[in-house]
Parts: sequence; C-alpha cells; structure tokens
Amino acid sequence: MTDTPNTPELPSALLSEFDRLVQNYPDARAALIPMLHRCQEELGGWISPETMEAVATYLQMEPVEVYGVTSFYPMFRLSPPGKHVVSICHNISCDLRGAQDIVRQVCELTGAKLKGTSPDGKFTVQTVECQGACANAPMFDLDGIYHEDLDAERVEKILGGVE
Amino acid sequence: VSFETYLLSRCKIDGAHTLSGYQEHDGYKALRKILTTPLSYADVIEEVKASGLRGRGGAGFPTGLKWSFMPDPEKDPRPRYLAVNADESEPGTCKDRVLMERDPHGLVEGSLIAAYAMRAQAVYIYVRGEYRLAYNRVAAAVEEARAANLVGQNILGTDYSCEVYMHKGAGAYICGEETGLMESLEGKRGHPRPKPPFPAGFGLWGNPTTVNNVESLFNVPFIINRGPNWFRSMGTEASAGNFLCGISGHLERPGVYELPFGLPASEILERFGGGVWKGRALKAWFPGGSSTGLMPADTIDTPMDHDSIKAQGSMFGTGAMIILDETACVVRASEVIARFYDHESCGQCSQCREGTQWLSQIFHRIENGQGTMADIDSLETLAKSMAPGRTICALSDAAAIPTLAVVKHFRAELEAHVNGKGCPQRAPALAEADA
Repeated sequence: MTDTPNTPELPSALLSEFDRLVQNYPDARAALIPMLHRCQEELGGWISPETMEAVATYLQMEPVEVYGVTSFYPMFRLSPPGKHVVSICHNISCDLRGAQDIVRQVCELTGAKLKGTSPDGKFTVQTVECQGACANAPMFDLDGIYHEDLDAERVEKILGGVE
Repeated sequence: VSFETYLLSRCKIDGAHTLSGYQEHDGYKALRKILTTPLSYADVIEEVKASGLRGRGGAGFPTGLKWSFMPDPEKDPRPRYLAVNADESEPGTCKDRVLMERDPHGLVEGSLIAAYAMRAQAVYIYVRGEYRLAYNRVAAAVEEARAANLVGQNILGTDYSCEVYMHKGAGAYICGEETGLMESLEGKRGHPRPKPPFPAGFGLWGNPTTVNNVESLFNVPFIINRGPNWFRSMGTEASAGNFLCGISGHLERPGVYELPFGLPASEILERFGGGVWKGRALKAWFPGGSSTGLMPADTIDTPMDHDSIKAQGSMFGTGAMIILDETACVVRASEVIARFYDHESCGQCSQCREGTQWLSQIFHRIENGQGTMADIDSLETLAKSMAPGRTICALSDAAAIPTLAVVKHFRAELEAHVNGKGCPQRAPALAEADA
C-alpha cells in the first residue's frame, strides 16, 4: 500500500495509541488484532472497509490481508450493529440450562430476529460460542458485560433497564 | 476426606487482586526467593519437574519437561518468549477466568518465574477478547508490578529483566491451540502450524517460545514456596497437586471447585455439586470439556485424574465436568457440540473442514427426525477419517472423539431417533436461525 490522497484516516488519538502499541512487538503487524478492537470500540461498533484500509496503510499491509484477519475473528463485525448488542451463549453448558429459551425471549422482548437488529435499531441479537461462564449458565453478554445465571425474570429486568 | 487447598485460597479475600492484597498473602515471595537465594535457572526447572506438575490446559503435558525443551541460550542466542494461553474456550471450562479476575498477580508471578527459568526476555499474555474483566484485572496487576519493580528492567535490583505484555484475542476457539495462538498473536488468522517444528525451536516470530496455560503457571509460585514434596503429597502419583474443576450442566450447584486429583467423579458431583438437579438420575457426563468423549452414567465412580479417565476411553482434558440428567438428549447435545466444531474449524485441513460440517448436518438431521440408519454408520466412518492424528491440529480429533463415544455408548438412542422419526425426549428444537 502506498499513501494516496483518498486513503481514509484514523482519529489522531487512535494513531498515537497505536504508535505506542506497536512498540510491544518485534513486528508491528502483531498489533493488528488489538488495533482492530480499538477501532471497533471507537468507530461505531464495527470495522468498515474504510477502517480496514486505514489500518492497512498504517501497518503497511494490503487491505485484503486486514480483511482476511478481520473476517476470521467472530468478535469483529463487518456491518454496523444496533445501539446495543446481546450475545447469547448457545454452547453445551448453557444449552443444557435453557439457552434456547433465553434466545426466544430476548428476540421477543427486543423485536430483533436472531442474528439481526430490531427495527428501531436499538438491539442486535446474536448467539455465540462458549464464553467461559459455564458454571453460571445460561448467560449473555450485553455490550461487553456478562450477565449470568439468567432466567426469564432476570432477562426481562436487564433488558427493561437498557436505555 | 479432607484436603488442603491453595489455588483458590486468595480468591475469596476482598482486595486480593491488588498488589498490596496479594503481598499480604505470600505475594511475590517465590519470585524474591529465586532472585535473592538465588536459585539457578536449572534449579527452578528441576523443582517444577520434581513436583510432577502437569499442564492444566487440556493436554496434561509435564510443565517442567516442556520448559526444558527450550534451547540453551549459550548455543542459540535468538530472543526467547513465554506466551501465556489465557484463551480459555473449551466448552464447559471457566476456571482460568476465576484466577485472572480474582487473583491476577498469581498469574503474573508464575509467568515471571517461568520466564526466568527459560530465560525468556518477554511474556505475552494472550487473553480471549470476551474476558474483559479478566483482561483488565491482569493488565492492572502488570502495571502495579511494573511500578513496584517486579516487571521490567533489573527486577528487584537483580540482573533479571523481563517485560510482560497484554494481548487481546478476538473470539476464535482455535487460538487456544498453541500454534494457532502464536499465529494470532503475530496478527494473522489463527491457523495452527504443522509440527514439527515445535514452539521451543520455532515459535513466536520464528524464535524459541513456550506456551503455558494460566492455571499451570498459577501453580508455580506455590511449588517454589513449599517445595515439590509438598506438591506431590496432594493428588495421585501420576497427577500431582490440586486442579480447578469446573462443573456445569444438570446439577444443583454448578461451580469451580478446587480438588485434588483422584477423587471419584461421583463424589465431586454429590459432595460439591450437590448431585444431579431436580432429584433426577444421571444419564451421561463429559469428564473434561466438550472434546472429551461422553461417558455413560455407570462410569461416574471413575477417579478424576489423567490415567483413570484415559483407562475409561475418554480424556481428563480441562477437568470441566458437564452433567446430563436422565431427561437430556445425547443427540441434541451432540448436535450442539458438532455445530460448535463446524463453526470453529479453521478450514486448513479438508478432513476437518468438511468432516465437522458433515457431523453437524447429520446430528441435526437425526435429532429432527430426518435421519436414517445409514447416517449412524456415516457418523462413525466420518469420525474415523478425521482422527486420530490426520490433521494439522487436534480440533478434528476433538470433533471426532465425542462422536465416536456417542455412537459407541448411545447407539440405541440414535436408532430410537431414526425409528421414531424424531427426538424421544422431545428436546426443544434449536431456533431456526440458530440451527
């Protein structure tokens, strides 16, 4: 990649953060995944093609290589999510304790179809693999916070309290 | 039977996750001991070898022996690394999270001692991205330790220098495989590498590297403080010490319990887990995560240690017991697990890429009443073509082993699904978009 006038730019605060981050590794490319996390956190909850291009420019990689990595990892989104993201574990320990009931209830309460966003844009609902909360199943992650030992009452209370 | 506990000893204490809290409870005493006695690099490795500590990440490989595979720096001057595998993601496993959230300095100290023994200049702690609190707690511990001259240059005024870096993963099971983890840490897709070469010879950026699990490293300061004989006094001859047993599924008191190796699984289930929930009977159990073969109820008296579980045809794995009660459908459980391996296969090896997809489709078909007797045979044929040792890494084996176990132990239940054109337990179907 060479710089062109059209290359999208990252906010300067992120760039200076990345300047420090790459110092942690003998090869700057190792910072790619942590960088993508920060981009997703700061730039609308997803990794846009423009973000990938800017990250590629920064790391002197081809954009398609950045896309290859971004698309490999389930935590990175390739399209914009709703305002809040509910990630429900559907693996074995949660399934044994009623994860599918939680999936149905969350979809019903939010109006979102599974793996989709509610019409009002408020909630994106998805299932995810084991989150390491097996002894407190079932669980979901709401915007990065774990909610464990779920039952219908708790789900209603948690989602009801979301602005 | 009463037994001594140490792994979770600080976890219940408020503030034990801070440096001052940790130091009130023997914190960094072992690191001081090796640096000020001083113990030689070889002495530390010998202590850990003599303790009999086996890796707690699933494979059970002797930790001290693994450390000794690192080349002699006199003959091989390349940079050397320790990568901490905090990518806990084997279904059923939630133990490393407890240690990192509640006692993060224990991991930092264990990592520093391991890095000292292997003369590694830097430690990378690879934490799965979803574990935000665990990541933040360990990152804060590293910063506190750095400020106290326990991390960085000339630690505690000695010649020993070691950097500790935090690194966040982004949610792929395969990155818990040690070479997948290294690829991911280098900023690539988590595609496991063919072995050999092994990480000790060709690891991070082509340099000597050892990958250790969180709980393995967490044991190390205790071994240095109290000695290998103390450690060997717990557990069994071949599996020394205590382990963290996460127990989940259909039981009254799911949890993470610290137990010596060798207790019968039935005792763990009854005495700690409160027994099968709702007064029901046991149908089946996984001894150590979803990759270990499902065992029928009549094996529940098997002692929980590496050799005893292996003798029953399964694996100790991560010691994460998953309990299925009499109403559970083993075909449904298999469907859920097969879907997981299909989702997580990295796609490099055709046996795994195609095999996991087929297994997932076939279990789904049988569970939903569209299966045939030929499908049951296909499960077996496919699984045997996927394992053992036919692929770059063990994910293929992890999908195949539980499949073979289900066909072996629960063939009648598979056949009942085929004959009855559906699930006799009437397990609720997966939501359409989730199947």
